Amino acid sequence: MELLDFARGPGLQIAVLIFVAGLVWRLVHLFLAAKKSDISEARMGGARAGGLKTIFSRFRHHEPFRERTRNGSVLAYTMHIGLVIVVLGSAPHILFIESFTGLDWTPLPTLVIHLAAAVTVAALLVGLGRRLRHPVLRMISNFDDYFSWLITTLPVVTGLLTVAHVGGRYETLLALHILSFEAFLIWFPFGKLMHSIIVFGSRYTTGITFTRRGAKV
Amino acid sequence: MSKVTEKYPLDTHEQRLTVKDPHPRHDTQGDVDEDERLRRAMANFAKNMNRTTATYMEACVHCGQCAEACHYYVQTEDPKYTPIWKLEIFKQAYKRENSPFGFFYRLFGFKRHITVEQLGEWQELIYDSCTMCGRCSLICPMGIDIATLVGQARHGMFKAGLIPDELHEVAQRAKEEGSPLGATASVFEDRAEWMGDEFDTEVNIDQEQADILVAMSSIEIMKYPHAIGATAKVLNALGESWTFRTEGYEATNFGMMAGNTEWQKAATMKIINAAIACGAKLVVLPECGHAYGALRWQGAAMYGKPLPFKVQHISEFLADVISSGRLKVKKVDQTVTFHDPCQVARRGGATEAPRVVMEALGLDLKEMAPTGDFNWCCGGGGGVVTIHRADKLRYKVFELKMDQVEATGADTVLSTCSNCRQSYNDAKEHFHWDKNMESLLELVAENLVE
Repeated sequence: MELLDFARGPGLQIAVLIFVAGLVWRLVHLFLAAKKSDISEARMGGARAGGLKTIFSRFRHHEPFRERTRNGSVLAYTMHIGLVIVVLGSAPHILFIESFTGLDWTPLPTLVIHLAAAVTVAALLVGLGRRLRHPVLRMISNFDDYFSWLITTLPVVTGLLTVAHVGGRYETLLALHILSFEAFLIWFPFGKLMHSIIVFGSRYTTGITFTRRGAKV
Repeated sequence: MSKVTEKYPLDTHEQRLTVKDPHPRHDTQGDVDEDERLRRAMANFAKNMNRTTATYMEACVHCGQCAEACHYYVQTEDPKYTPIWKLEIFKQAYKRENSPFGFFYRLFGFKRHITVEQLGEWQELIYDSCTMCGRCSLICPMGIDIATLVGQARHGMFKAGLIPDELHEVAQRAKEEGSPLGATASVFEDRAEWMGDEFDTEVNIDQEQADILVAMSSIEIMKYPHAIGATAKVLNALGESWTFRTEGYEATNFGMMAGNTEWQKAATMKIINAAIACGAKLVVLPECGHAYGALRWQGAAMYGKPLPFKVQHISEFLADVISSGRLKVKKVDQTVTFHDPCQVARRGGATEAPRVVMEALGLDLKEMAPTGDFNWCCGGGGGVVTIHRADKLRYKVFELKMDQVEATGADTVLSTCSNCRQSYNDAKEHFHWDKNMESLLELVAENLVE
């Protein structure tokens, strides 16, 4: 079996299986944790609406925090927006998603995708440099931070190499690209990549708590 | 008879709430071996783990932005004061023992066992350098309420006998004597009588029936007793049916700040039982930040069901009676700035109430920048003001407040928290600073239209 066949076949199946099982287990574990009800008298109603509002409002820092967090925020947004453009705007990715879901949409121009991928890689590299140099980030970082960085960067880099036909046969590069994506899927439930799901829960929870109190969320 | 030891005599002549005999170290209480300390710390940290706190523990992406909201980091630039780092060993313990993939961590040794030495090192981060002001909770992009997690970590540290001695002593005094500062019921009655004379007003104590139960903080009773007279004067001017009750007159809750849930509950239940005994429909809490959080937001959980009365901070009460026209105040020609107590404003939602009162007083309010919900903490909350070894750090972070106040150009700082007030006044003395912090309640009482 060729490497590409493995990547497209059993490799993908195994990765999706681990991804789904890990995801379900991690979320079930959270939901099984005891729920503590707040029985204090609320100052304000609309707690759930406040929770939902917080999910969106925390996408931007409150004004007094913006100056001190500007560098980190710009980097984070550049990287995340770049990833979204590359993952959802690229024609081959749309075909791949369509093969599973039947959904398709108009791809973005190839130049935009390539540019977004390059900017994303640049943001990831700057982010890594910052994590290694900034005293706070260096102190609080652990294996998960660096491994999750690697596992996020590899699909973008291999994708760029594949479309540029640089570094090997097209089939081999494509196989490596798909395998790196599968590695991403496998690692997703185990590390900090899960923040892309858990963030909704933590923001919502805090939003409910402080909306009840009539406090800033 | 009191069971309180004499190891740490009270230091009642100082501005701050404190005990004598400081010494640099990390402290231990109780005579238990290290394994047992560790077991207790982790068991009690995990015991309080629920869906909310587990979600918080899982959500952190190590972005480090919480550091930028923390006065300890901002003033020292020491990365160890990054708020989420203060929880690092508890996060490791959670991952190893409680997380969904804990068995992997244990099987492959990915997360090492925490040691009691580490817990000792972390004592400074959990107690000395965190006032649980919640500014970090407001900046966190993931929405993690870090202050709540620090409170939970304190539960583990207390059970392990690993909290600063002074805070333990103060909390124990509160449990044994009913007050952390020696403000026993008889002391309170004496002071109430004195203040009744001073303000020429009736101070109601132990009324059988009353619509409003009022409580004071020990800091007010011992250091700022005019709060007693001011409260009585306002309530009498309103013609309210109100009382203090000697079985529940003290609202501070050092059990909560130290991390002892049993002591926290005992203190809270005194006020709840006093309110029920006199049939109060409303409990008015004093100018004290954490006392507000302890009853307003955590009281029902301690009671086990919704409280059978309403709870208001004194600033909310004043804002209500002024807004409704029931209480008239004179205009005061004064330029002031206002320090928002973290537990009343940012964590409690009563940010606007004092501004309503200040507007009625016609004060020329010069807001600090940042202010309100984003206000910098005074540095003395969360029990920090009791910890001697934290003084240097506390003064360092207080420089932030001094800069803020100086920038407003106001001569007087008003606030609605006696703990903030003693932190200010202690720092004022330390820095030979010329700015006064005064009580908003007392200013209202001085300017009633009678």
